Amino acid sequence: MYEMKCDVAIIGGGPAGLSAAVAARKEGAGNVLIIERDESIGGILQQCIHPGFGLSYFNQELTGPEYAGRFAKEALDLGVEVLFKSMVLEVSAQTGEIICINTECGMTRVTAKSIILAMGCRERTRANIQIPGTRPAGIYTAGSAQRLVNRQNTMVGRNVVILGSGDIGMIMARRMSLEGAKVLAVVEIMDYLAGLTRNKVQCLDDFNIPLKLSHTITRIVGDQRVEGVYVARVDETRKPVKETEEYIACDTLLLSVGLIPENELTRKADITISDITSGPEVNQYMQTSVPSVFACGNVVHVNDLVDNVTVESMLAGQYAALYAAGKLEQKQEVRTRTGTNVRYICPQRIMPCDDGQARLFFRVLAPDMDVRIEARCNGKVVASKKERRVNPGEMCSIKIPLSEVDSDIVVDVIKEA
Amino acid sequence: MIINGIYKTDVVIIGAGAVGCAIARELSKYQIQVMVVDKNEDVGGDASKSNSAIIHTGYDASPGTLESQLVVAANPMYPELVKELDVPFKQTGAILPAITQEQFEQLPAIKAKAFLNRVYDIEYLTKEQIIAMEPNINPEVKGGLHIPRESIIDPFILVQALAENANENGVDFLLNTKVTGIQTEDGKIKAVETTAGIIETGYVINAAALYCDEIAAMVGKADYKVVARRGQFYILDKNTSCKVEHIVLPIPTKITKGKLMCPTIHGNMLVGPTAEDLDNKTDKSVTTDGLESIVKDVQRLIPNVNIRDTITQYSGLRPNRNPEGLHVDVYDDLEGYVNLSGVRSTGLTLSVSMGVYVAQLLKEHGCDLVYKEDFKKTRKGIRIFHEMTAREQEEIIKENPRYGNIVCRCETITEGEILDAIHRPLGARSMDAVKRRVRAGMGRCQGGFCGPKVLEILSKELNIPVEEVNKNVAGSYMVSGKMR
Repeated sequence: MYEMKCDVAIIGGGPAGLSAAVAARKEGAGNVLIIERDESIGGILQQCIHPGFGLSYFNQELTGPEYAGRFAKEALDLGVEVLFKSMVLEVSAQTGEIICINTECGMTRVTAKSIILAMGCRERTRANIQIPGTRPAGIYTAGSAQRLVNRQNTMVGRNVVILGSGDIGMIMARRMSLEGAKVLAVVEIMDYLAGLTRNKVQCLDDFNIPLKLSHTITRIVGDQRVEGVYVARVDETRKPVKETEEYIACDTLLLSVGLIPENELTRKADITISDITSGPEVNQYMQTSVPSVFACGNVVHVNDLVDNVTVESMLAGQYAALYAAGKLEQKQEVRTRTGTNVRYICPQRIMPCDDGQARLFFRVLAPDMDVRIEARCNGKVVASKKERRVNPGEMCSIKIPLSEVDSDIVVDVIKEA
Repeated sequence: MIINGIYKTDVVIIGAGAVGCAIARELSKYQIQVMVVDKNEDVGGDASKSNSAIIHTGYDASPGTLESQLVVAANPMYPELVKELDVPFKQTGAILPAITQEQFEQLPAIKAKAFLNRVYDIEYLTKEQIIAMEPNINPEVKGGLHIPRESIIDPFILVQALAENANENGVDFLLNTKVTGIQTEDGKIKAVETTAGIIETGYVINAAALYCDEIAAMVGKADYKVVARRGQFYILDKNTSCKVEHIVLPIPTKITKGKLMCPTIHGNMLVGPTAEDLDNKTDKSVTTDGLESIVKDVQRLIPNVNIRDTITQYSGLRPNRNPEGLHVDVYDDLEGYVNLSGVRSTGLTLSVSMGVYVAQLLKEHGCDLVYKEDFKKTRKGIRIFHEMTAREQEEIIKENPRYGNIVCRCETITEGEILDAIHRPLGARSMDAVKRRVRAGMGRCQGGFCGPKVLEILSKELNIPVEEVNKNVAGSYMVSGKMR
């Protein structure tokens, strides 16, 4: 077994892992090691060649590779080490040991003072949502198709239907159109968009791609390759209305039906996982239920903007470095609790503190307009703000003053009177 | 063997499913030439790859029938066979819980029938015993039966192993090849016409399952019709909270054997199947109604089954027959022709005894079967990286660094294993063939991550452009080509 030691070990070299690495070094961690399964760093951003990244963090519109490139360069300049083409098989949270393999060193044991989980997420599949019909070739998750097109220079098909109005789906609608494919429809079961409004404008409207809200695919047709799909309107209970069924001939079906944090390692390491986000529960320092293990990015909860990932990951890196140096005190924690029209809140726990603020990221359950967001502690409002519109597809946040936190915090999104 | 563009052999087996491959492997013990022809790109047939993956005991067969004899004979052959051929197999045993009083009263009749089938190790279980064995079973259970030799197997690897071993012992496989006609002369088999050319042969074994009536029609022996009976299944994630350790079967009704839940040999849960007679032989769809009926029925046995943990749904077509029943027919007026029909749910199990049975039948009909001294009875499977000890893993990466590259992260499958799957005898030629050999793409992301990589590996190793890599059969192209 090849042995390595470091102060902070980071699993995953995507945007989360890279930002965490930069922050950890800046906080003074001596040895920071990223373990990355790909042969290059940047993660999924490497295949996101479209612009739209960095608007809030850099006040500048960058492509995915550009955004990741900035952090990659900074990390490498700061002396962060990277173990490439290395897959982590096991994390022993209590002992700080990570077992990974790669083609050069074989089985490798990395022993770290603190660990940051930054493995990202995976896409929901056809089977997760149980689309009826046959199982021909030509059905891809949008991200797989994006990899094939943008990194493997391979065209997945010519006549495309996209199920789900998630961001990757809309981005791929534009990408396929630019490559000469015909995108026949984007079909969304909900009566609102799953992804960002700006993506609908730039990727669908500008390319005259029809968006069918409150519709779903009722059957996939084709024995060898996809030949077409049946699309129907759904009623209020999201059940298809048979009479509205129409056939769309196509050779490719792309699915953009949600992302799931990838937490197989986390589960095996006995770290507490939230049933709602499917990611580890964390406090405001992105610390998991095991004090030496931190987590950030889409492995914690699925973000729509990488800029938010960077913010969270910087915290994870900073506090993982402090923990590694023995400077992070552990105190009794309180919990954040979802109130009216809030699906989940991240962080799930707050460690009370005399000063500073914590930013609570959360998603609403249903779209709404002219709302007030309130965070309450012991019945007392500790933070509040107004929002013109809220949407499940767009992450909300509110900052709370930590000095006022002495018990569980409830967040409500209430319609303004 | 090919002479002047015409294949010459002693026996042609039509169909490379479990039964065809088991017959081929049995005949490969003898000094005769055997050729297996199949329309698909891979061995493993149609029904053989989409079933419940159970090796039955035959406890519930119709006593005295050929099907009963073959299943009962086959079950004890497995423990030895799976060692010889390196096939994942586990004797989990089956439990039949009686949930209602009416079902409870049926138990003695089921046990009596098992005895008629010479399955003597079936035993009663009390309510307490059942709950101790399967804590997730419906607490209303009144009692039940235990059938200890009901087992689970990897059905893909069973067929691959039979085929690879047959191939190593000299059997030729013509895949991607359709039979288009059969020539006879003076009441004897003369040749088989295929899309790959003519095969001169003295014997034809029709093991074409779903299409056996169409093959039979080529020699005027179609006195029956194949009726496809569709079975839909769910596969649940290995991490699902509600699991069983045995095959949990419902008490059968007059209409159906019902829907079961059991572990797969790789630790997933399998739930199903439906039983729907179709008016065609191609519709392998899954349907909302079918899937909902599975949930409804299986919840009676296992109330907490968590269908939300499904990672895939599929359906298979059982080649049922009208009139019903398993038949192995030879004909006085057509020498050299053996017709198999009505091989259904028990087909996977009885494939190996069918091999022996058909060999004996050929012998009785003039085929000179002389044992091959150099018959090699063992076959080594693909070495599974994640099942190796840490030391073995170290060594194999040193020997071949491609074992250090994990391609399928859900199932922890390395590039080394995928290359073995491609380059071994009767190696994988399609995405599904790789999946069925090493499970790359069979996990919870269903190939989302490894699919694009496996596509590139196949293209490179087979030295074909990416657009020629298929999901399975011809026409199932994965991508339309390079962009620029």
